[in-house]
Amino acid sequence: MQTHERKLLTIITEAAIERALIADARRFGAHGYTVLDVRGGGPGGEREGAWEADRSIELQVVCSAEVAERIAEHVLAQYAPNYAVALYLADVQVFRAQKY
Amino acid sequence: MTLDPVILFFALGVLTRLARSDLRLPEALYETLSIYLLVAIGLKGGAQIAVQPLAALWPVALAAVALSAAVPLVLYPVLRAGVRLGAADAASIAAHYGSVSVVTFAVAQSALARAGIEPEAFLAMLVALMEAPGIVVGVLLARRGMAREAGRSGVGASSWGTLLHEVLFGKAVVLLLGGIAIGWIAGPAGLAPIDPVFVGLFKGVLALFLLELGLVAGGRLQDLRRAGPRLLAFGLIAPPLLALVGGALGLALGLSVAGVATLATLAASASYIAAPTAMRIAVPQANPSLSIGLALGVTFPFNVLVGIPLYIELARRAAG
Repeated sequence: MQTHERKLLTIITEAAIERALIADARRFGAHGYTVLDVRGGGPGGEREGAWEADRSIELQVVCSAEVAERIAEHVLAQYAPNYAVALYLADVQVFRAQKY
Repeated sequence: MTLDPVILFFALGVLTRLARSDLRLPEALYETLSIYLLVAIGLKGGAQIAVQPLAALWPVALAAVALSAAVPLVLYPVLRAGVRLGAADAASIAAHYGSVSVVTFAVAQSALARAGIEPEAFLAMLVALMEAPGIVVGVLLARRGMAREAGRSGVGASSWGTLLHEVLFGKAVVLLLGGIAIGWIAGPAGLAPIDPVFVGLFKGVLALFLLELGLVAGGRLQDLRRAGPRLLAFGLIAPPLLALVGGALGLALGLSVAGVATLATLAASASYIAAPTAMRIAVPQANPSLSIGLALGVTFPFNVLVGIPLYIELARRAAG
């Protein structure tokens, strides 16, 4: 079965900016996204997700390399200075090229 | 006077957390309990409005909105000059104090009921009205202050539209106002069939919620080490002074003893549901561990353990 190269962009950040992030991802060309509720810790401390202001999300976007780069650049410039942000990219294979 | 069991639940939460127990209430339960409390408080207030002349409410409502907006204006210069914070942190903390804490309100209601004095139930409406103004003023202060501070980048990424939507349609305001509307439309008789859930169970749910809040507050205590003695002192001194202002306003409006104590409590309380999320979106430069650590780690326990009994006693002497 034929597969196509795409990128999986994963952004782990504060739930407070979920809506803004999704709007940004759409604006920069993402066709779809998945959001997970997560918890964890980093240099800035623990985020346990026990209540409103402490929640974290993981936003996953499968898209072309160009779109992933545009979203990542925006996230790094706009959110990373002031919000807890973990960001990484992985190569994935998709089956339906037109969907991503 | 014996301690309210509700407060003992809070203490249990804090101690459990400090002992590093594995106790952790599921997030879905926290969410459920907070929705329940907001709706129950709204319903109770709405049912009371249904049997009360509306004209009597206007002066109280307007005064409460003005109070919530004025608190950050007074606290901001104190936090800048006295506590020596930057504009973003000072404005964010000021906004938390301008907005109000629903659970502190609920604990005050519980304490008043135990003391045998019921406040005017329409005061629940004030909780809804006092959520937003302090936050909006806090954001204005932050934007003006940060524009003046040289060399700070990335000021206020979000638009006013986003912020107002967040504040006015956030879950706290929607559930409180929604509960009030339903209580008002249905009236006391209409609510009677659901009273077993929303009235009968209220104290038990509040106790569970305070257990959870104790766990959260206990986890915040480590943030306070970073806060410094000036900010800690602020968290302890500001609430009773704000309570005096709120209580004086209550006296001027001619509220009952319980009403004066309730308005004093609302003035002294700091938000930790609506304000943290709104400030995180509108003023990302502010360090949330300072404002939340102060609101939940210092001011909430102070109000619950010391403040509320003190405000009730003062209200008794002043109005009684």
